[in-house]
Amino acid sequence: MNAKTSKRLNMKERYRIMTRDLGWEPSYQRYEDIFPQESFEGIKIVDWDQWEDPFRLTMDNYWKFQAEKERKLYAIFDAVSQNNGQMKISDPRYLNAVKLFITAVTPLEYNAYKGYARVGRQFGGVGARIACQMQSIDELRHTQTQIHAMSHYNKYFGGMHDFPHMFDRVWYLSVPKSFFEDASTAGPFEFLTAISFSFEYVLTNLLFLPFMSGAAYNGDMNTVTFGFSAQSDEARHMTLGLEIIKFILEQHEDNVPIVQQWLDKWLWRGYRLLSIVGMMMDYMLPNKVMSWSEAWTLYYEEAGGALFKELERYGIRPPKYADQTVIGKDHVSHQAWFIFYQYGHATAFNTWVPTAKEMDWLSEKYPDTFDRLYRPRFELLAEKAAKGERFYNNTLPQLCQVCQIPLAITEPDDDTLISHRDTVHDGERYHFCSDGCRDIFHHEPEKYVQAWLPVHQILQGNCGGADMEKVIGDYYRIEMGEDNLDFEGSAEQRRWAAWKQAV
Amino acid sequence: MSRVFIALQDNENARFIVEAISEDNPAAEVKHSPAMIRVEADDRLTIRRETVEEKLGRDWDTQELQVDMISIGGNVDEDDDSFTLYWNT
Amino acid sequence: MSVRANYANYQGPVRDRVENFHGSQLVYVMWERHLLFCAPLTFLADPAMSFDAFLTEVLTPALAPHPESEKLDFAEAQWRLDGEAFEPRGEASLADNGIGHKSQLRLITPRLSDLADAAI
Repeated sequence: MNAKTSKRLNMKERYRIMTRDLGWEPSYQRYEDIFPQESFEGIKIVDWDQWEDPFRLTMDNYWKFQAEKERKLYAIFDAVSQNNGQMKISDPRYLNAVKLFITAVTPLEYNAYKGYARVGRQFGGVGARIACQMQSIDELRHTQTQIHAMSHYNKYFGGMHDFPHMFDRVWYLSVPKSFFEDASTAGPFEFLTAISFSFEYVLTNLLFLPFMSGAAYNGDMNTVTFGFSAQSDEARHMTLGLEIIKFILEQHEDNVPIVQQWLDKWLWRGYRLLSIVGMMMDYMLPNKVMSWSEAWTLYYEEAGGALFKELERYGIRPPKYADQTVIGKDHVSHQAWFIFYQYGHATAFNTWVPTAKEMDWLSEKYPDTFDRLYRPRFELLAEKAAKGERFYNNTLPQLCQVCQIPLAITEPDDDTLISHRDTVHDGERYHFCSDGCRDIFHHEPEKYVQAWLPVHQILQGNCGGADMEKVIGDYYRIEMGEDNLDFEGSAEQRRWAAWKQAV
Repeated sequence: MSRVFIALQDNENARFIVEAISEDNPAAEVKHSPAMIRVEADDRLTIRRETVEEKLGRDWDTQELQVDMISIGGNVDEDDDSFTLYWNT
Repeated sequence: MSVRANYANYQGPVRDRVENFHGSQLVYVMWERHLLFCAPLTFLADPAMSFDAFLTEVLTPALAPHPESEKLDFAEAQWRLDGEAFEPRGEASLADNGIGHKSQLRLITPRLSDLADAAI
């Protein structure tokens, strides 16, 4: 068979006519007045026409394919709700991962929608503007479909009722919130490097692939379906992320060191943020697909390795401190779950000590670290809980000024010592979890001095006073005994048992 | 040498697309996990419209791949007749 | 280095300056290689409070849930302040001991039990 004979234009021609040809040269306004943010970051663009969208997607086809994705997705949501889908999950503990998802990740989708709408306006190139427009609409779609997917569970489970409110206030949600606000308040090229490349290209596979596969394995049809539907857009975003980086690097050699510094920064920030995903995979999925360490090897070391090899010819080296992420992959999920476990009175989900069977799985997956460091910790906690002294940490943790995670991560070369760095800037002392976060601060101290650190805000009296019960209940809107505390003895556990008996 | 990959939803369309990929790229490795199929190859992987159409028994637009695709690794080159993933290394 | 902003002289507000803590200051304490408390602790303290009072009124009750707290003897402990070796004067105030706003104290104790094997 020969190439398709069609009355329609071929893909390349269609793309040219429906993107490039929509632009025009300004005649009565200055270019820099129309695109006032295009140059302040120091990025030099010589020829926007070099911008290439390898998918060559035009708006008409965009709507056609997106509509088809939506039809498929909503048919499944209907089927799940009509067939008591909430009862098909593997174990009610699983749903806690979904609670964390809607409070921590869904609001990021909404921020991404706003972010792409903003930066799309700032580029002189038509191809870049249209790509940002599509991505902006995609991100809004993700926000909406996630809310729809989880609204079914919200009818039966706690912790999801006030997710946008919680995103703006709850201590651990300041980690994703500050991550994205850092990107959104950067210039348009840094935003693309941060979100399109570092986050979408290098890191979202770690969130969506193993985790969504895990949702499928735990009987959560809504989550796996929206996850993969969203990820089908991500595949396009990722490709664009790679093209963007190559485009910027090819435009001017002066762009290379600027982009390198952004890659160092955003890979590190993303790595820290994903500690939460590591914990979801290793601790919150009752039926497990792969360990965080395995996922990091597959999606960061192998896939990311191929990518950075590709970028070498532009003068880009692998991100600084990448070696520390490889050491950290055997620790961070355990350390993160341990934070949430001990502050489980201030979380909008339940926490627990892993079962004996789960601990055996962790031993097998983490032969160098789990039995030596983490099993003894969980066994002590289990012992305390059995005596009716379930451990809750009633003090407040020290936080990193940049990633805002409690300083609970150990030194890369000493896994029994907390990693801590500090610096004095303009007479004020600042603390960090790592060299990576301290570097980021040093690069732009004027920005990070204003970090809204939840612990310090509580102690300044800005979160409803000094009474932690009031902070948690009134300021965060986490309902005591209903949304939080240990899974053992929780309202969720009681309800689940009652439903199962009724069936 | 680097690996390129494509991950597809494990659904009815994907079954035929994967069949077509395997036929056109004999060295490609197919890996199944819950709800997802991942196809990997060294440096290059091409999906040809003609082969997919033959397997599906109907017309197929290369851009339709977007409906079933979950993720990819590699540079993309797409036109009306094929969809290719590759690394330059 | 300094920030590259869209307008000149960009400077965010210093959100945690001591004036915002209504007469108190922040002090962080890390009990080294004791990871039952997942992270160093943050305390609000009066800078005029004596170091001894800080130990008995603030730190001791905070560390009480740790199984080794009963064996913890501050007389046997070593201290570091903001990365330097530190010999606290018990009767002197935090301020006079050089413990400033957002200073970090590290408490280093000899081996107290088998929990040390897993740095609990």
